[in-house]
Amino acid sequence: MSNRIQTTFENLHAKGKTALIPYIMAGDPSLSVTESLVLELEKSGADLLELGVPFSDPIADGPVIQKAAERALQSGTTLKGILSMVKTLRTKCQMPLILMMYYNTIMAMGEEEFCKQAVQAGIDGVIVPDMPPEESDVLCTASTKAGGPVVIFLLAPTSTKSRQTEVIKRTKGFIYYVSITGITGSKLSDMKSVKANVRNIQKSARKPVAVGFGISTPKQAGEISEFADGVIVGSAIVRKVSEYQNEPELVPQQIGQFSRHLKQGINTVP
Amino acid sequence: MAMIPDAHGRFGKYGGRYVPETLMPAILELEDAYRKVRKDREFQQEFHNYLKQYVGRPTPLYFAKRLTKTLGGAKIYLKREDLCHTGAHKINNTVGQVLLTRCMKKQRVIAETGAGQHGVAVATVSAMFGLDAEIYMGTEDMQRQALNVFRMRLLGSKVTGVDSGSRTLKDAINEAMRDWTTNIKTTHYLLGSVLGAHPYPMMIRDFQSVIGREARKQILAAEGKLPNSLVACVGGGSNSIGLFYPFLKDTTVKMVGVEAGGTGHASGKHAARFSGGKPGVLHGTMTYLLQDQHGQVNLTHSVSAGLDYPAVGPEHSMHHDTGRIRYTSATDKEALAAFDLLSQEEGIIPALESAHAVAEVIKLAPTMKKNHIVVMNLSGRGDKDVQQIARMRGIPL
Repeated sequence: MSNRIQTTFENLHAKGKTALIPYIMAGDPSLSVTESLVLELEKSGADLLELGVPFSDPIADGPVIQKAAERALQSGTTLKGILSMVKTLRTKCQMPLILMMYYNTIMAMGEEEFCKQAVQAGIDGVIVPDMPPEESDVLCTASTKAGGPVVIFLLAPTSTKSRQTEVIKRTKGFIYYVSITGITGSKLSDMKSVKANVRNIQKSARKPVAVGFGISTPKQAGEISEFADGVIVGSAIVRKVSEYQNEPELVPQQIGQFSRHLKQGINTVP
Repeated sequence: MAMIPDAHGRFGKYGGRYVPETLMPAILELEDAYRKVRKDREFQQEFHNYLKQYVGRPTPLYFAKRLTKTLGGAKIYLKREDLCHTGAHKINNTVGQVLLTRCMKKQRVIAETGAGQHGVAVATVSAMFGLDAEIYMGTEDMQRQALNVFRMRLLGSKVTGVDSGSRTLKDAINEAMRDWTTNIKTTHYLLGSVLGAHPYPMMIRDFQSVIGREARKQILAAEGKLPNSLVACVGGGSNSIGLFYPFLKDTTVKMVGVEAGGTGHASGKHAARFSGGKPGVLHGTMTYLLQDQHGQVNLTHSVSAGLDYPAVGPEHSMHHDTGRIRYTSATDKEALAAFDLLSQEEGIIPALESAHAVAEVIKLAPTMKKNHIVVMNLSGRGDKDVQQIARMRGIPL
């Protein structure tokens, strides 16, 4: 099954380019702002997009994304609301859209129902940070049955060789490599070991590897893009969104500009 | 009985390991380390030696004569976990886990605490073994359990306030999990209840089941027969499973778990997971969870900080579904009345958590025959709660 994620990586690969994958929290500060922001990001260098689904207890996230989730929940954001926004967006947006969400928000809807509705809305992939391969059978089966969204797994610096093999086998679309031993928004310190680990994964995986957690500047994005197939920027973008809480109309333009800077960083690999 | 939990950490459909990939290797390391010591005679001997010499075990099984007479029904026995060093059953588990921490050669432990009893127990064993300890506690709980915060600091632990969400136990666990994710190589997460990812619910049950093993021997010695009912309060569920587990095969023994009813079911302000929740995933495990229709975790309420948590141990979820254990709740008001009654009838000030179990005994005992026996787990003493009670009653101290 070929989907937008695969096609996007193949096209970039043919041009020798690395994907820019911004993360934004859906519904922060409101779903209508998120809708314009997605369209703006598509025009401003984003190749794929991660849409965070807010959860009350995001254990893998640092304070920046936690607070964004709180704001999104306060504005009444629900998974159903996000899916219906995506459905509307799909008439204008061709970029692969990936949901990043905690298991309980899927379970509350039911794994099969979730996959069915996500596919109908036009969601391409899903990343579940609190679902290791061991607990993924139910969702993976539902995804296969519904014809999507593909389930993307994470690898961490602490992952053992055997876990790496299992994740490479299970993941679809790409492998999400967590660059640091920590939560989102932590400081990226050891670029050398990130590079070594990503190279190592690429050797055994015939799948793209995107790197996330701790990448906050165009310079860092550039450094990562030298060896990774995709660069994920989350907390740095979410922080910028939070700076415009009182002027939400400025969010798309401001974040779009930041996205273009990140893209420039990627395009001017040192 | 089949191996419960199974190799995947499942209690029926509940349990499992829903944690980020970064944590998985540490979870597997812990499982491996625990599997080795579980059957290791030397480890078990050392564990039981500390329980005897340091914790003060076995704790008495006390026949509450006046309370029995007042309630006019079944004979009431109290398992005196309040007499453990540090004042609650929590120390049993922390002694076990600190020995395990040493086996894993880690120098730092972190923990969450609600009522502060687990935090104090962690601070205590960390002091004894010379480990660095950092304890996360919701700022709401820090306020209502100020005395325990001070005790932890006296013992040399760092107490870090958590100001997100409901500022209670759930948020303290979130923050501890984030710390663990960041410091995984040097740090052991010393979880305090039968919650979290496998192997925690199994391991903590094993460490706490010393309560039930002692109680079973003691009641047989005192009465020559098994009790008709066991009663214990259920927050995460470690004191209750500790009492219940060694009796599970005794089919004549009924078991009642008492959750926090808060200000009543209709008010929505409670922590009664079995009547108000449905299966979900929180903090690494699949279990009954108080949540809204979108899967967002509900805020809970209880007068007792130790029961104020939206999920329950996965093993309890299984026993709920099979009906082996009956779950009920006691409201804040009932617990406070029980707190007074036990204090005045028996000269024992119970922890507010344990007062929920007393409240159930008050309802249950009068309905039973005089030759019937109830064993209640008095999981902790109430010294930590007296300031809060005074404040609630407008009495300046």
